[in-house]
Amino acid sequence: MYEFFQTLLGPEWGLFVATVSHILLLVVVLLVAIAFLLLMDRKVWAAVQLRKGPNVVGPFGLFQSFADLFKFMFKEPLIPAGTDKVVFVIAPIITLTLALAGWAVIPVAEGWQVSDINVGILYIFAVSSLGVYGIIMGGWASNSKYPFLGSLRSAAQMVSYEVSIGFVLITVLMWVGSLNLTDIVNHQAGGFWNWHFASALFPMFVIFFISALAETNRPPFDLPEAESELVAGYQVEYASSLYLLFMIGEYVAIVMMCALCTLLFFGGWHAPVDVAPFTWIPGVIWFSIKTTFFFFMFAMVKAMVPRYRYDQLMRLGWKVFLPVSLGFVILEAFVLAYF
Amino acid sequence: MSATTRAIKSAFLLEFISSFFLAMRYFFRPKATINYPFEKGPLSPRFRGEHALRRYPNGEERCIACKLCEAICPAQAITIEADVRESDGTRRTTRYDIDMTKCIYCGYCQEACPVDAIVEGPNFEFATETREELMYDKDKLLANGDRWERQIAHNMELDAPYR
Repeated sequence: MYEFFQTLLGPEWGLFVATVSHILLLVVVLLVAIAFLLLMDRKVWAAVQLRKGPNVVGPFGLFQSFADLFKFMFKEPLIPAGTDKVVFVIAPIITLTLALAGWAVIPVAEGWQVSDINVGILYIFAVSSLGVYGIIMGGWASNSKYPFLGSLRSAAQMVSYEVSIGFVLITVLMWVGSLNLTDIVNHQAGGFWNWHFASALFPMFVIFFISALAETNRPPFDLPEAESELVAGYQVEYASSLYLLFMIGEYVAIVMMCALCTLLFFGGWHAPVDVAPFTWIPGVIWFSIKTTFFFFMFAMVKAMVPRYRYDQLMRLGWKVFLPVSLGFVILEAFVLAYF
Repeated sequence: MSATTRAIKSAFLLEFISSFFLAMRYFFRPKATINYPFEKGPLSPRFRGEHALRRYPNGEERCIACKLCEAICPAQAITIEADVRESDGTRRTTRYDIDMTKCIYCGYCQEACPVDAIVEGPNFEFATETREELMYDKDKLLANGDRWERQIAHNMELDAPYR
């Protein structure tokens, strides 16, 4: 695609047009995929509770998310009187922008990424850490008690779990010897027995998955928006399109965490077995299947695990995950250096 | 349970895994939901829904304006005014109003009625867009009676052995 535009428009303009169209394509496909993943989330949750879930809009309710989109867009935007209006409006925009920015370095197939930078993991780690700003700003600007409590909890929770996610990422990059996401995925080529979850990194995969739940404020760690305590946490004062931006941002971040699980531990775009019928399927399909599987697991966890108490959340983050992942980093460094 | 078994259980996420299989068993079970506007759940013959004033088979209204329903109504939702009918000199209601927003659907009115005139029918889908529409008058109640008579009569027949 890049060569085509560069021969058509010259090297500089060609690169510009190609990059912009690549970004647009990625964002559109991602958002449409998220519309259906949102439906899947609700369907899975419903199925475990013996309900049918949304099934009225379109066949099997497939267009439910689009109906919701129009509902949100045509609702009256409401900005309460006591809010800091600028911050209040910026907060959801920041959440969505940062969540989408992380996707710039995610390789959905060999070479299919907007920017193949050498510190891909570090970039994702930085951008996903910034995501907490949208929530803090939203909670603070609302000038109301539940949003404020929700954003306080969210800040504490995301900071706690980022530490263990950081250590997990360090174990992976030491194992591979590169921060480049393409290198990390290619290190797992050849079959599912080469994937990182099947190696000594398996406990790190478990920690990463659970920390990803906490990092994206998913149940059982959804204390920032715990319905029974805080109504909807930092989202209480939001309505219409602003709420929609928050929600889409949240789901983009969740799908990015699923994609990271796929890239770091489940072989990215590689087929599970390196033989004929599996290798015919293009890498992007394998990537989507694996990411959807992890999203399914996210939905199942939401359906079956009760919400953690706040002190249990902190105990798990600081007293279990942090020492275990730190110990694993030291152990792995020792093993790699001396064996 | 000792601390060691607890630690092993939590380290290998044993309870998480067993709950996953339990959740998957429920996942594939037949759903409890019914497609409500298209499918409906069963109703007892004694179901107490929207009110109706019944008529005799010859078209004469049953109500004799004894006001027992008005007297017994715990929510005081019923208002009746009675007079002698000009044509044949029988005692009839000139006004029979039920405020459906006050009604608590206790069924005392149909228990009190000596001629089975006021009954609570099987209809529960009478939501309205305005509050005024829920102030039922005599015409509305008689129209309900005409509309639901077959089902009301059938339900009373089914319930008769237990009364």
